[in-house]
Amino acid sequence: MTDTPAPRHIPDRLDKPLSSAIFSWEALLVVIAIIIFAINSFASPYFLDPWSLSDLTFNFTEKALIALAMALLIISGEIDLSVAAIVALASTMMGMALQAGAGMPVLVAIGIAVGLGCGAFNGLLVTRLGLPSIVVTIGTMSLFRGIAFIILGDQAYKGYPESFAFFGQGYVWWVFSFELALFLVAALVYWFVLHRTSFGRHVFAIGNNPVACQFSGVRVDRIKFILFCLTGLMSGIASVLITSRLGSTRPSIAQGYELEAITMVVLGGVSILGGAGSILGVVLAAFIMGLVTFGLGLLNVPGIVMSIFIGLLLIIVIALPIVWRRLREGRFA
Amino acid sequence: MKNFLKYREIWLLAGIVVLIGLISTRFPGFANPANLRQVFNDTSILMILALGQMVVILTRSIDLSMASNLCFTGMVVAMLNAAHPAIPIPVLIVIALLVGLILGAFNGFLVWRLNIPSIVVTLGTLTIYRGATFVISGGAWVNADQMSPDFINFQRAAFLGLPVLSWIAILVIALFFLVMTRTAIGRSIHAIGVNPTASVYAGIDVGRTKFIVFCISGMIGGLAGYLWISRYVIASVEVANGYELNIIAACVIGGISIAGGIGSVGGAVLGALFLGIISNALPVINVSPFWQMAISGSAIILAVVLNARGERRQGRIILRKAEAA
Repeated sequence: MTDTPAPRHIPDRLDKPLSSAIFSWEALLVVIAIIIFAINSFASPYFLDPWSLSDLTFNFTEKALIALAMALLIISGEIDLSVAAIVALASTMMGMALQAGAGMPVLVAIGIAVGLGCGAFNGLLVTRLGLPSIVVTIGTMSLFRGIAFIILGDQAYKGYPESFAFFGQGYVWWVFSFELALFLVAALVYWFVLHRTSFGRHVFAIGNNPVACQFSGVRVDRIKFILFCLTGLMSGIASVLITSRLGSTRPSIAQGYELEAITMVVLGGVSILGGAGSILGVVLAAFIMGLVTFGLGLLNVPGIVMSIFIGLLLIIVIALPIVWRRLREGRFA
Repeated sequence: MKNFLKYREIWLLAGIVVLIGLISTRFPGFANPANLRQVFNDTSILMILALGQMVVILTRSIDLSMASNLCFTGMVVAMLNAAHPAIPIPVLIVIALLVGLILGAFNGFLVWRLNIPSIVVTLGTLTIYRGATFVISGGAWVNADQMSPDFINFQRAAFLGLPVLSWIAILVIALFFLVMTRTAIGRSIHAIGVNPTASVYAGIDVGRTKFIVFCISGMIGGLAGYLWISRYVIASVEVANGYELNIIAACVIGGISIAGGIGSVGGAVLGALFLGIISNALPVINVSPFWQMAISGSAIILAVVLNARGERRQGRIILRKAEAA
């Protein structure tokens, strides 16, 4: 066998010229982040302060942790709308364990285990019964949060131990919070898994053509099941962080997080139709959303108005390349 | 294929009858006509919204911004009414329809002209419209005492034994039924969901049809905005928060396939009724309202599991027909 096989097409950034990196989605996001950062630092004198910038990260790290796993799920062509409900249920279970006198390690273990369990439940429904994930997770979203409501009613669990508070309030080094450190480590892990392993390749492949994947020996259902478990797991971890940061559990905890996590993923350049995206983009989008909400917060803009900016940002950033391409095509035609 | 659709709705109807029967064992008064009329009236807004969502889902799109549209339009008409009580209610309803139409057309335009997936567009406008409600109202509420008596009483007035709200729902159902079964646009909406590529070859302008369905769902959102505000007599930024998923849930229970192409007016109406009966029955049979979410969640999952079988079978039949042709 002397003749070398023909080079296969590998759908990766590596075989693209440098110019495509400069005009990539991530580059666009970096530019937007720099612009917003500059506007913020001019708009408020309190912005450029290490502690203030550290506070900024609390705005997005919890949702961004969920968004990392959600990115993989959306790339594979599925979606999970139940993540915020999983957070609520995991937090409720931690609260119950707390009432039963559980210590810090048990609380963390319960939070993560409940998250994983809920994710596995979603995964089973989607893969075993072949149901569309958007519908399944609309159902489990009500189910999980409903269970939290049944257990908690209109009450709240309080009195988490001090050692538990570290996860949402502690700092690992100077201004770097545990949440931020955890997010960066998780982002690195997810980047490696998605962009440097065959598992990640399969995730992209499934998003592009699940049927072809099935025929080429990829265990589509198993990978999708793992992805749902991962999303649940990250929601469980996020639940530990949020519960620790707030020091209390309410059934309405993390309301609306699912849409914010999905916004981060989509803003990060992940195609909602599956098959394309990058972890770097999601991380950048998370920072941008943190910058926007924090900057507007410094200017005393109410939270609900911030959401206008997030919504506009989402639509404009998605529309920008399309409009630009149309204009260019129009000019050259 | 038509038999199958009927089959599904008959099952849904049977499910509703069984549900009413079960509730009646705990609360004997539930099944009497006066109470059922009340349940129908309570569910009217959800039914109207589910029909608007249905046409969008049929074309393989989704409108997550409906509840925010409802909130914004409701605030607009409530503020108009508070400032100018002399404006007659029909004019306000036309204004509500127009405001809703504009919001829906904005969604539709982005989906049509820029080809952005509808879930992304409406995820964005979901937050934009609700934020805009805050901007126009300054975060203030419009209370019952600021609204004119006409504004509040219009939909409550009885007409031939039913409140006007119920009549509006019946009118909307009839209108949707006519449009979906007797007009070219109704055919196009179905066709696009079944096979967008074939629809293009059949001469259907897919983009424009999607634009139209978003205009329809927008107008429905606007109409529901007026109805919601005048029914619950308070307009605030929080109105119908998170309700978009209830609307989609009603469609899903009604057997409307989220993958597009499959669904009927009857299904959407029955799906909404199913959810409406659950939420009406729980308090009267002394189940804590905290159970409601978990019960409707389980109902959605169950409905999806049951529907999935029907859909799969139907898919095969279409294929077989195509092969034979």
